[in-house]
Amino acid sequence: MPTLTEAPPPLAPGAPESKPPKRRGRFTPYWLLLPGILWLVVFFALPMIYQASTSVQTGSLEQGYKVTWHFATYWDALSAYWPQFVRSVLYAGTATILCLLLGYPLAYLIAFRAGRWKNLIMILVIAPFFTSFLIRTLAWKTILADGGPVVGAFNTLHVLDVTNWLGMTAGDRVLATPLAVVCGLTYNFLPFMILPLYTSLERIDGRLHEAAGDLYARPWTTFRKVTFPLSMPGVVSGTLLTFIPAAGDYVNADLLGSTDTRMVGNVIQTQFLRVLDYPTAAALSFILMAAILLMVTLYIRRSGTEDLV
Amino acid sequence: MPFVNWLKRNLVVLAGLLTLSYLLLPNVVVTVFSFNKPKGRFNYEWQQFSLDAWKDPCGVSGLCGSLSLSLQIAVWATLGATLLGTLIAFALVRYRFRARGAVNSLIFLPMAMPEVVMAASLLTLFLNMGAQLGFWTILIAHIMFCLSFVVTAVKARVMSMDPKLEEAARDLYAGPFQTFVRVTLPIAAPGIAAGALLAFALSFDDFIITNFNAGSTVTFPMFVWGSAQRGTPVQINVIGTTMFVVAVLFVLVSMVAGNRRNRQKA
Repeated sequence: MPTLTEAPPPLAPGAPESKPPKRRGRFTPYWLLLPGILWLVVFFALPMIYQASTSVQTGSLEQGYKVTWHFATYWDALSAYWPQFVRSVLYAGTATILCLLLGYPLAYLIAFRAGRWKNLIMILVIAPFFTSFLIRTLAWKTILADGGPVVGAFNTLHVLDVTNWLGMTAGDRVLATPLAVVCGLTYNFLPFMILPLYTSLERIDGRLHEAAGDLYARPWTTFRKVTFPLSMPGVVSGTLLTFIPAAGDYVNADLLGSTDTRMVGNVIQTQFLRVLDYPTAAALSFILMAAILLMVTLYIRRSGTEDLV
Repeated sequence: MPFVNWLKRNLVVLAGLLTLSYLLLPNVVVTVFSFNKPKGRFNYEWQQFSLDAWKDPCGVSGLCGSLSLSLQIAVWATLGATLLGTLIAFALVRYRFRARGAVNSLIFLPMAMPEVVMAASLLTLFLNMGAQLGFWTILIAHIMFCLSFVVTAVKARVMSMDPKLEEAARDLYAGPFQTFVRVTLPIAAPGIAAGALLAFALSFDDFIITNFNAGSTVTFPMFVWGSAQRGTPVQINVIGTTMFVVAVLFVLVSMVAGNRRNRQKA
């Protein structure tokens, strides 16, 4: 089945889009688009507007909410929850960098060095997707358990001293610390880094490596000057596909962290589903959306790719 | 120093394999702990070997009900998203039309949005409309976020298709409908299958959007979430292990079948 491995990453920037040919039937494309686009407008775009409106409402659950253009909600939400915002960016950023460092060798291995094991490794990368990610995240509770082998090894190797100094862990524990949350985030979004990296590495002409070698480039220079620049589209879409969901995630922070590791997703979830303070929750969610869109736009501008879909 | 040289040459392989083991470690733990007999309510510490959970996978109340609900939702969401997404993909590749940019961003944005934002905003819509949260609101949400992924998968396949094949079919007096069913659809099928598979996996495993829009309905991921607070039954690991094995087998079998078909053609 040449399916999942063949599909390019959802955000493959730089893919040239040729002009589609003109066809008969002026209205055909609109009929084809209508149902799906209508679905997205009603259940994706319209909710964004409802959310924006909810964020400037005041009132209470009992008496109902009214739009009063109460923008102070934004200010209140930000001043109350800015640590969670900062944490989200920090954790998601660290996880993204770790994903890149861990994912690149594996993507490289699959693309160039795996030989006949290629398909098997590819399956092993994708297969965990089919086991519920919540079950797999819970498994990290066992792996990182207090006094377990991982914590023991970290202690012996003095890794914990470094992470304690960085404020990632506290004392002899890994569970319920920022390190555990970052570890869970990295684990959960790693395949989203590997697949686009693999797709862009796969496209590289092997003869370029030979040419670099013929011109007396050492393997590391070949990588730095040829392979890595050519894999940039994969790096860009991989980092986006990792950072965006990681920044909004609240599952890892909830299952592997503590009250000190709450991210903005946790706050939105609690405000919406438990506290039922809809305006604050909507404002927080709106800020998160705006921040992410802004970051994504700037990032794509800087990396010089405009075409996204 | 042959060893150092060997290490230098294979460093990337070793690093890659280490990453692979990091990816697979939790699955190993899930499998091993499906044979555990925990002391308390939580299945995080190894106690002793037992087959109890495997003999009675539905032994926990609500577990298998939530599993079958998740499967139902995933099947319907896959059907809906694949149908709507394939239509959009064909329109994008094959036709010129106005507002192309707007359509492209409307498809791209759901993939670039944190799930919690989509979940929260959709909930405000449902609350404002006074909709009853449950099966239908979950299904609506799942079709919404699976749609973009189907479009991307199908679009990639249709774009790489040689338009001459369809012209040839027309030249051989096939009508538009016949051309579509006999030529276009079979060539696009792998893309559609990939999109459908992705939609199924995304829908079945979705937690965040479902958690916001499910009301009191409990899907399988929500059951796992709930049990993480109350106590994790071993049966969860049994189901997780089974899902992993079934997925790997499914992919292996379809790959072997695909290889055989390719060989027969050649």
